[in-house]
Amino acid sequence: MNDGKTTKLMLKAKKRKSLNNAEALLLITVSLFTIIYIISAIVFSDSNFAKYSVFFNLLNNKAYLLMLALGLTVVLIAGSIDISVGGVTGLVSMVIATMLLNNDISAIWTIPTALSIGLIFGAVQGYLVAYMEIQPFIVTLSGMYFARGMISVINAKSVPITNEMFMGWSGAKLYIPFLYNMRKNGTLDVAYLTPASIVALIVLIIIITLLKKTKFGRSLYAIGGSPQSAHLMGVNVRQTKFKAHLLCGMLAGIGGFLYTLFAPSGNPGNGYGYEIDAISSSVIGGVMLSGGVGLPIGTFFGVLINSIIERVVPLLGIVDASWPRIITSGFLFVFIVLQSIFSNVSRKGSLKPTKKLK
Amino acid sequence: MDNVKQEQNSSDGMDKQYSDSGTTSPSLRMIGVGKSFPGVRALNNVDFNLHCGEIHALMGENGAGKSTLIKVLTGVYPMDEGKVYIDGKQTFIRSPLDAQKYGISTVYQELNLCPNLTVAENLFLGREPLKRGLIDWKCMNQEADKLLKELNISAESTAQLDSYSIAIQQMIAIARAVNTECKYLILDEPTSSLDADEVEGLFKLMRQLRKNQVGIIFITHFIEQVYEICDRITVLRNGELVEECEIENLPRFELVKKMMGKEIEVLSDLNVHIDESIYESEVPVLEARDLSSGGSKVAPFNLRIYKGEVIGFSGLLGSGRSELVRTIYGADKAIEGQQYIKGKNVIIKNTLDAMKHGMAYLPEDRKAEGILADLSVRENIIIALQAKQGLFKRLSRKEMEEYADEYIKLLNIKTASQETPIKSLSGGNQQKVILARWLLTNPEFMILDEPTRGIDVGTKTEIQKLILKLADEGKSVAFISSELDEMLRTCSRIVVMRDRQKVGELTDSDLNQDTIMRTIAGGEQ
Amino acid sequence: MSDLKVKNKLGESTFVSIAKSLTSNRLTFSVIILLIVVIQNIITTPGFFNITIANGLISGYIPNILDEASELVIVTLGMTLVTAASGGQDISAGAIMAVAASFCGLMLNGTEYRTDVFHSPYIVAIIVGLLGGALCGAFNGFLVSKLKMPPMLTSLILFTAGRSIAKQITHGQTIYIMNPVYKWLGVQIPGVPIRTTIIVSTLTVIIITLLTRLTSVGLYIQSVGINDASSRLVGLNSSVIKLLTFVLYGVLAGLAGLVGSSSIGSVNSGELGLGIEMDAILAVALGGNNLGGGKFSIAGSIIGAYTIQAITTTLYAMNVRADQLNVFKALIIIVIIVANSDVFKAKIKRFTQTIFSKNVSVGG
Repeated sequence: MNDGKTTKLMLKAKKRKSLNNAEALLLITVSLFTIIYIISAIVFSDSNFAKYSVFFNLLNNKAYLLMLALGLTVVLIAGSIDISVGGVTGLVSMVIATMLLNNDISAIWTIPTALSIGLIFGAVQGYLVAYMEIQPFIVTLSGMYFARGMISVINAKSVPITNEMFMGWSGAKLYIPFLYNMRKNGTLDVAYLTPASIVALIVLIIIITLLKKTKFGRSLYAIGGSPQSAHLMGVNVRQTKFKAHLLCGMLAGIGGFLYTLFAPSGNPGNGYGYEIDAISSSVIGGVMLSGGVGLPIGTFFGVLINSIIERVVPLLGIVDASWPRIITSGFLFVFIVLQSIFSNVSRKGSLKPTKKLK
Repeated sequence: MDNVKQEQNSSDGMDKQYSDSGTTSPSLRMIGVGKSFPGVRALNNVDFNLHCGEIHALMGENGAGKSTLIKVLTGVYPMDEGKVYIDGKQTFIRSPLDAQKYGISTVYQELNLCPNLTVAENLFLGREPLKRGLIDWKCMNQEADKLLKELNISAESTAQLDSYSIAIQQMIAIARAVNTECKYLILDEPTSSLDADEVEGLFKLMRQLRKNQVGIIFITHFIEQVYEICDRITVLRNGELVEECEIENLPRFELVKKMMGKEIEVLSDLNVHIDESIYESEVPVLEARDLSSGGSKVAPFNLRIYKGEVIGFSGLLGSGRSELVRTIYGADKAIEGQQYIKGKNVIIKNTLDAMKHGMAYLPEDRKAEGILADLSVRENIIIALQAKQGLFKRLSRKEMEEYADEYIKLLNIKTASQETPIKSLSGGNQQKVILARWLLTNPEFMILDEPTRGIDVGTKTEIQKLILKLADEGKSVAFISSELDEMLRTCSRIVVMRDRQKVGELTDSDLNQDTIMRTIAGGEQ
Repeated sequence: MSDLKVKNKLGESTFVSIAKSLTSNRLTFSVIILLIVVIQNIITTPGFFNITIANGLISGYIPNILDEASELVIVTLGMTLVTAASGGQDISAGAIMAVAASFCGLMLNGTEYRTDVFHSPYIVAIIVGLLGGALCGAFNGFLVSKLKMPPMLTSLILFTAGRSIAKQITHGQTIYIMNPVYKWLGVQIPGVPIRTTIIVSTLTVIIITLLTRLTSVGLYIQSVGINDASSRLVGLNSSVIKLLTFVLYGVLAGLAGLVGSSSIGSVNSGELGLGIEMDAILAVALGGNNLGGGKFSIAGSIIGAYTIQAITTTLYAMNVRADQLNVFKALIIIVIIVANSDVFKAKIKRFTQTIFSKNVSVGG
């Protein structure tokens, strides 16, 4: 086999040594987060950005968003989308609040309830997208309106949660040893994680493993990159897409539960616009909207960026609550443009002439 | 033939060890296969036999049913009727996964790999090595490197697939197919994007696989390659089986005849009149000076096109011939150089500019860039004229109908009515509609990129005649075709492209297959 | 034997052709639904056809529906064109309405939150409002046409951020425009017995229809929606056409916003046109248009819009609240799209084929 001609063939094959898209986008995200954090720490030196507790609170405040964003990451990688996650979040919190209204049911039951609401949404939407081949946008837009409508069918008013057990979970703190700063009055400001954050971190690790190390995870990338190829390579495209939506729905259910822990009340406005936060966290974290590219760890940083924006904006003297969302949307816009440039560059790269005739 | 039968069992060292269908039954049999798509009978009662350890050519013109047969065999399409036997047992292949299970692997014409995954993943997707239920990346990458080394493919297992050239990706696709427990390998035009060296490498690989008792179905348009490597041949035409025999028993001429279903001579009543005087006296209709759309598309070129001539563009697929005409037309942006129309310097920023200067462009890919599938034949015919006239000078309904009627008659377009959506017409008639679209704009210079590809022989001849008629009427035509004899029959001058450069212009006595091929090949002599 | 076969064939073909002509007519479905709603209303509402003149205005059940549907009709026109050209839907209509109305309110009220003095001429304020809408449309159009992003995703940005932006324009509060002239656009011009909303929506329909009929806009939009590459090669600038479609959509949504805020005399950026995008998409789908782009029917969309409004009004009368209504609308749109989807059609076809083949075997 190994005669002159084949050796020549070997020599001719050239490889572009460079970061692939996913790595490059991740690098941008991590640097962006670091830069924002450091600049904030310097500019707003009296706002304690240098403290451990502030850093961990970035996660504590957005544990639910990490769930939603991971769900979006999964469906976006699979080349689909789900914009019902905000609605599902709101619906879950309203259902939990209503369940606990009369204190006649154990708070334990809220967990399977939240999960099953998410799973039902994921399953129905996944079926329509994967097996009926309907545009995911339309399906999940309807899902969003359905969920929002259901919230007010269940309860049109704000419902506070008073259940002791649930409030116990909500208020619990897990202090992290050795990570503390001294306050000016001499007390210790110890960094802590909420149970929600711990759940979120565990799920993050599971999702990372799932996407990197399982057949299902790799099929997600395959169908997002090229569904026809994946089909021909023996991947069950429909089933994989269905599972992606199912997983996203489940994560939205968990996200709704964690959100209720964070803000323990049912409110018709809950979860409004969270789909855009989730999408922008994923996209800022390096998930390509065209599918097939993205890493969950990037999404984690995307969520932290979202969280830090929410913290920094009021410090700039802009108190109106709508500004963080405007800025997040602005970030999403910038990253969409960035991705468009990225994919153009890589497309041009592969257009290089490859044929030679001797 | 005798030695084949003798050596049937002691396979090592022999180049051919297929068994003659007379002595043993073939390992993979398809009997009476039929498949219909809406409006098309793609396969009709086709038999196909494949032995282990043979390379079997599957030949046929575009639309003969080769791809459909393969897709039925690999479970991509369900078959309407027919049976498949593997090793004498009836088998039902319902999905690509099933096909893989039975040891049937395919490398399709369009690469069926995921560009966003690594090389190793593309090799192992669906059957990744596992360790405690999770993918063992280390093992997978090692296995991939081993396989790549065995097959002399120089690619790194951890690199993303789209960082490699198409040729290398093609080799990786074959490596993937070979790596499965593969008894039957289907290669669907694997050589169309490979250069000579790479083809040689591929053939070595195929011979080695034949030695390993793999049955290979080889689909290609290159007749040379069939006679170089194949043992047996099956010819399809219009979805029907025409011939199945040993390669030695089917001379080339016979093969071509069977593929085309007509005497080739039928086309040769066309004749080109070359009026030499036009080159001296006239200002060229179009002149390009150092025009280029960037090195990766087409290098700077000079070109003059005169009134009433048919100029051909020849070269291998991807040689830049399409890119060249696209640059002239403004479909690809020219980044340097000048264009002159009848001696006047013009700047063509977009396709509309080109149209206003009297150009027309029939694109290579009719489906993707030609037809407007859901619109009616009428709308498809008038769209270019309407675009040229602009938004506010709308053609009246009556005008549209008159124009459409006129060209449906003129070009003999077979359609139920003007209002029939173009997507329900046959390929040849669709192509005629696109031609009508451009003729209606009354162009002085028409660019026809592969107008005859994938359409029936009758329409082919009609289009060739039309080209000559247009030239007679004083229009200039740029004609691109993969079939040399077609160009020779119609063109008075042929521009040869190689590696995205214009490498020659042939006229007069140089207009013959041999010279053109040698110019395309370049180099020695 | 042969007679039987012919008969069978004839019967089958007439049945099939009737079924085909019914299903192929894009409007059948929405007309049927509209009829059902109308009949239901005739039965439950005794004075359905009554038209009276009250306070110099023609009023009654039907004029009411026409009035209430006007914003939706205007937005639906834009949605139809955007859908046809881009193969996707722009879901920022409600937000654009809020932005346009806020611009208009800013021009009229200046920095005051409640006043009856116009700070600038009404017509200038209207133009500024429409320009605001155009700007939003151009933003979406830029992302779709230049960066090739899917329309729903790009419009998601304004969908969520748009209302926040509108809120910033009106200094973070609802503003009240007390000058009675402000209500000319959304209620009544003194002396004219027909509600202005009906006039505005009818005029808009006429203008858009003329635009698609008298110019080549309709053909261009369909071409671009069907095949971008082909359109480019026949000399159509597909990205400009898409961009302009989105700008037009922005202007129309802006107009709807002005009408809507004028009819209530205030600019409430959180509430104005809330959820209208869903209704508009539903109307486009009901009108038999393909949500994947390409061919479109203005008439179908308008019938769709009035159908939705009739359903909404009917359900309001049955004490269903607006936000709960979304549950039904979401379900209806899914049903329509599933019924129109290729997969579903293929399944139905397979089903009918098995029935037919049984018939034939019985006949033979």
